[in-house]
Amino acid sequence: MNSQDIIAQLPYSKPFLFVDEISHIDENGVEGSYTFDENLDFYKGHFKDFPVTPGVILTEVMAQIGLVCLGIFLLNNTFSKSTSIALTSTEIDFLKPVFPNEKVIVISEKIYFRFGKLKCKVIMKNEKEDVVCTGTVAGMIVSKSEIT
Amino acid sequence: MNKEQTIEELKSIVKPYIANQEAFDTLTEETDFINDLKINSANLVDVILDIEEKYNIVIDNESMERMINVKAAMEIIDAKLSEKE
Repeated sequence: MNSQDIIAQLPYSKPFLFVDEISHIDENGVEGSYTFDENLDFYKGHFKDFPVTPGVILTEVMAQIGLVCLGIFLLNNTFSKSTSIALTSTEIDFLKPVFPNEKVIVISEKIYFRFGKLKCKVIMKNEKEDVVCTGTVAGMIVSKSEIT
Repeated sequence: MNKEQTIEELKSIVKPYIANQEAFDTLTEETDFINDLKINSANLVDVILDIEEKYNIVIDNESMERMINVKAAMEIIDAKLSEKE
């Protein structure tokens, strides 16, 4: 499965697709990037006259690249329209702000994938190679009929 | 394997994940991980992995599915430990 196949299988679309490119993926981890368009809606209100990317959005970028892309790769064609990866926990430290038009790189390392749960150590860097945020994210493979 | 000791060890493993303190305080062999201790299914995976690490055993999917309460967990730990001998 190549990077384009994985991005095509992501269950997100604009304005909530936060993966531009996967530069590397294997069974132990993934590296990918996303550039924040200055026209994204949340910049209008976070903050008033001072746009900064919200921490929840940075968390989402790390979850989409670090957890969901890797999950689809690990499930290797058994991911389908009836399954989903539900975010179950996050623990993130935020170290530096990310402004509009910045590109961020997410590096995720698998801690384990057992009993349908994928847990990863994630780091986000900016283009200056500064660490922007770091932590762990985890999710479970669920069938959509279980959660609706 | 000493039963009381194993129960105490299991208590310290599940403690970070429980959401019902009262059921934890009165824990018995019949205590159910999800229904009584209110451990969520994602955290239950961590409980199982912590058990694997503590007893140096490997728990397969089938055993995982049977591991619903303290008693079942003790039986599975016992069985996996005796397989190693």
